[in-house]
Amino acid sequence: MRPRHVVVLGYGMAGARLADEIRRRDPDGERVALTVVGAERHGAYNRVLLPSVVAGTMAADSVRLHGEGWAREHAVDLRLGVEAVDLDLRRGLVRLSDGSELGYDTLVFATGSRPRVPPVEGLSVDGGLTDGVVAFRTLDDCARIERTASRGARIAVLGGGLLGLEAARALAGRGNRVTVVHPAAHVLDRQLDADAAAVLAAALRDAGIELRLRRTAARYLSGDGVKLDDGSTVAADLVVVCTGVRPDTALAERAGIEAEGGIVVNDELRTSDVRVHALGDCARHPGTVTGLVQPAWDQAAVLADLLTGARPSARYRGTSVVTRLKASGVDLTTLGDSHVEPGADAEVLRLHDPVRRRYAKLVLHDERVSSAIMLGFPDAAAALTHLYDRRLVAPSDRLALLVGRALPANTRALAAADLPASAVVCRCNSVSKGRLVTAWRSGSSTVDELAAETRAGTGCGGCADTVRAIADWLARTA
Amino acid sequence: MTSMESPAPITELTESHCPYCALQCAMTISSAGAVSPRMFPTNQGGLCQKGWTSSGLLRSPARLTTPLVRARGMLRPAGWEEALDLVASRLTEIQAQHGRDAVAVFGGGGLTNEKAYLLGKFARVALRTSRIDYNGRFCMSSAASAGLRAFGLDRGLPFPLTDLGEADVVVLVGANPAETMPPFMRHLRRAADGGGLVVVDPRRTLTAESASLHLAPAPGTDLALALGILHSTVADGLLDENYVRRRTTGFADAWRVAAAYWPERVERITGVAAADQRRVADLISTARRAYVLTGRGAEQHATGVDTVSAWINLALAHGLPGNFGSGYGCLTGQGNGQGGREHGQKADQLPGYRSIRDPQARRHMAAVWGVREEELPGPGPSAYELLDALGTPEGPKALLVFGSNPAVSAPRVAHVVDRLSTLDLLVTADLVLSETSALADVVFPVTQWAEEDGTMTNLEGRVLLRRRAVQPPEGVRTDLDVIAGLAHRLGAPGDRFPTDPEAVFAELGAASRGGAADYSGVGYERLKAGEALYWPVRGEGHPGTPRLFTDSFAHPDGRARFTAVDHTGPAEPADDDYPLTATTGRVLEHYQSGAQTRVIEELKAAVGAVFVEVHPDTAARAGLADGELGKVVSRRGEVVARVRCVPSARPDVVFLPFHFPGVQRANLVTNPALDPMSRMPEFKVCAVRLEAVA
Repeated sequence: MRPRHVVVLGYGMAGARLADEIRRRDPDGERVALTVVGAERHGAYNRVLLPSVVAGTMAADSVRLHGEGWAREHAVDLRLGVEAVDLDLRRGLVRLSDGSELGYDTLVFATGSRPRVPPVEGLSVDGGLTDGVVAFRTLDDCARIERTASRGARIAVLGGGLLGLEAARALAGRGNRVTVVHPAAHVLDRQLDADAAAVLAAALRDAGIELRLRRTAARYLSGDGVKLDDGSTVAADLVVVCTGVRPDTALAERAGIEAEGGIVVNDELRTSDVRVHALGDCARHPGTVTGLVQPAWDQAAVLADLLTGARPSARYRGTSVVTRLKASGVDLTTLGDSHVEPGADAEVLRLHDPVRRRYAKLVLHDERVSSAIMLGFPDAAAALTHLYDRRLVAPSDRLALLVGRALPANTRALAAADLPASAVVCRCNSVSKGRLVTAWRSGSSTVDELAAETRAGTGCGGCADTVRAIADWLARTA
Repeated sequence: MTSMESPAPITELTESHCPYCALQCAMTISSAGAVSPRMFPTNQGGLCQKGWTSSGLLRSPARLTTPLVRARGMLRPAGWEEALDLVASRLTEIQAQHGRDAVAVFGGGGLTNEKAYLLGKFARVALRTSRIDYNGRFCMSSAASAGLRAFGLDRGLPFPLTDLGEADVVVLVGANPAETMPPFMRHLRRAADGGGLVVVDPRRTLTAESASLHLAPAPGTDLALALGILHSTVADGLLDENYVRRRTTGFADAWRVAAAYWPERVERITGVAAADQRRVADLISTARRAYVLTGRGAEQHATGVDTVSAWINLALAHGLPGNFGSGYGCLTGQGNGQGGREHGQKADQLPGYRSIRDPQARRHMAAVWGVREEELPGPGPSAYELLDALGTPEGPKALLVFGSNPAVSAPRVAHVVDRLSTLDLLVTADLVLSETSALADVVFPVTQWAEEDGTMTNLEGRVLLRRRAVQPPEGVRTDLDVIAGLAHRLGAPGDRFPTDPEAVFAELGAASRGGAADYSGVGYERLKAGEALYWPVRGEGHPGTPRLFTDSFAHPDGRARFTAVDHTGPAEPADDDYPLTATTGRVLEHYQSGAQTRVIEELKAAVGAVFVEVHPDTAARAGLADGELGKVVSRRGEVVARVRCVPSARPDVVFLPFHFPGVQRANLVTNPALDPMSRMPEFKVCAVRLEAVA
């Protein structure tokens, strides 16, 4: 049987992952002949890691998803530096920017999203960005930042969402003086309530980041900075635009595929055209949000199951929303939608500790975590995420759940006098305090004699201090 | 019954080592059979409760002192000649009727080097069967495969144990030495006191209690955790690039996989905080001396080899292996787990850690054994596969078991017992009537550690001599006697199967000469003189090799290899029907299948029966309270166990110790999914549910 020809438009994190998942199921291309079309000149890379590249801890080469010979080794027809410009659904043909045409059995949109540049005077010119203005989206953007802004240069970041704050933190770590301009009353307003955002803002200021809230950029003056809507100016050698993205749906819409804030897909990740699928940031599925990589990778696994026939019953049912701010020194996790009013049946716990830059809010329904904000509680956040992802019943000790490891039980601190007689002092040899007391009363009064008599302390030796303390206590009180 | 009284008129003291784990704590045994700890670098004068009470087994009324032969369904005492003749003639019949591979041999990691060697030779030369494997397959085989792959050579610790005492950072992955080899903990004190002891374990074990940082990943996700820490290492600029360039190959491919495992993603897979993953990377990179050590928790998975490889990759990324005062190691479990895997009781190996597939190795061994090369059988199936095939039309019809108790220790154990019951002939050599021996047709009573001479190779690759300290009970013989007795009856020439341990060891030395685990320079005289000999010891004048890899690794190009490994997760994940994950392990008071330790009153009194450790909420949800009997049910079977509520437990995990017999066997529920490379079963993860007992 002739293999099904699958053409993937887009060689970003979603497209590359889909190719990997297909080849994992069909390593020799017996079931799927694969063509991948990528607009950028270089191979796919891991966008999640761009903050590390900007911060300078990671080489650009380290973020690549595939090695040099990947396409050859995995029988993939990889077309780099070209884009799809025209799509004929009826004939199953897609035309590329280099003039070539590709016929397909199945077409997959993995075109991702593009930065949304606000209509601010001076930011863009001829559809591109002005000199001294960059987005924070591609490896090329990182190179541009590296080229344009020396360490120590002043940088204005437009947008205080996840991407904006990650960029700001990375740039501050690189030694830049960073100001974040954000139109809402608090940063991360999509994810956080006001109290959490205030704690986060303080943590960001600790890292040397300045925040200008409730302000929008009015004008960009090259070489000078950004003029804000209140007339003030943020001096900046470079402006980084992080004001959101929009799904790249232009070609799909032109071809007549249904799109509304993304190419609409069902649980088979199928669009309104039966031979066309979409996944990742360009797609819209009711079970998740865009802008995160986990849904794209979950979708890639399902779509690969379907396209290779490995598991024809595979369906994508959504991905639970977990957002993490990847910013050095700041540990923030949000689960679900923390803006939803909890309602009377909900259990809400809150811990507000601004001085130590900590905030926790936990909402449970039917004993299960439905949303949470965890700032400055990294290990509690890890446990909560686990419960949330797997829909597990939460432990009844809510306080421990909320604070994680912050309250360790320290039994060793118990004084020798306070230990019950049944307390096992030496686990290696099952020696209780009572046994030591008996031995002491029978004449073993030093640590060595107690060890010889009871074997306490002769295993791992970890109880030596306790044995000594008990001997001292007996000597004092006898 | 024969008298157990020692006839020795005056008390003599003999230096020896403990009969249990691979730490081989040094002890002194009196001719009256009393043990006391002895100063030695590995145990530093320490001994755990198992060691202290070990002499109880010497005089236990449970000892077997006469061969047993099954007649009319019952095991009855028989004479040695009668029993040996019977076994030899049945083996001959079975092989005549069904071929040489119709007889299988199953060994153990507790056997001395001499026994392991002679057993392998017996299988290959006297029985000429390819069907031989051993319980080490259920122990450290994954670490062995991963070590070979990375370094070209597998020695549990490629450095003396005492080196650990100088370390600032020790990362222990899936190991619980505070219970399995307590005196080992003495070497971790410096790291623990300095905030550098990291313990990776789903349970808050005694070892985890003493850690500076305890990471509790969901069972079956250790590989992902290692990838996350490797990722942090690179992303935070902590990679030892100079070492990676000079001493390794394959980093780029390994990184390509790890690149997709950033700590926040790994947190969702493992439940271990991203911040903790970064902290481990940071701890290792700032340490002057650091070690990564794995144990059964990392290894006993259907992806055990890859999991160990992932941790080795991390060690390599930080430049640890082969750097003086740093490294990677595996904590071998059984007493002679190290030596037992080197001398030929493994399905694919010949003495000296040689491959049975290697033509040169085959020629060498054929010459040493005085047989033709083509007479040597090829590789056979691994332990579980061997047990699984017993009594089937194509499988073995007879099985000889030495130093093992698969009726308790094998995975999916009810099925294994079912297989054992279909054999035409089951023969064991045993100290006590273990669960496996109780099923046997013939049982040979054999001597144990203090009653015979023999060498053991401890977890650091040091060869130790255990001297005979007490008179064996009348009526028992050594395993070497049993092997030789059968070999002669099967037609082997008189001198081919010596019974004197020193003679066997000399032959082992010659057989291992030139191999990876070269013992040719180790002799009883050097060991008696107290020399610390770590293999390889290449000839009489050779000082041995305490530290491997300091100049180069054992691959032809001298470099260590990164292996690109990816996380796939457990073979049987939890689901709606079986929503919990069961993991199995050990308690301080018992050893392996418990056949030895369960007859010691003091140990039985401390922990006498199986229990199931669960979070109090999980117990409550099953309608159970602490101390009640619960039932742990998997797709393969169920275990009835007393509930032990532990607030530190993960609510999605239950823990069962596997030392107990009958309906208490944890292995009634375990999953025999095998690692493709090491053939290690997945003891550490299977899906279960917890129920009240009706």
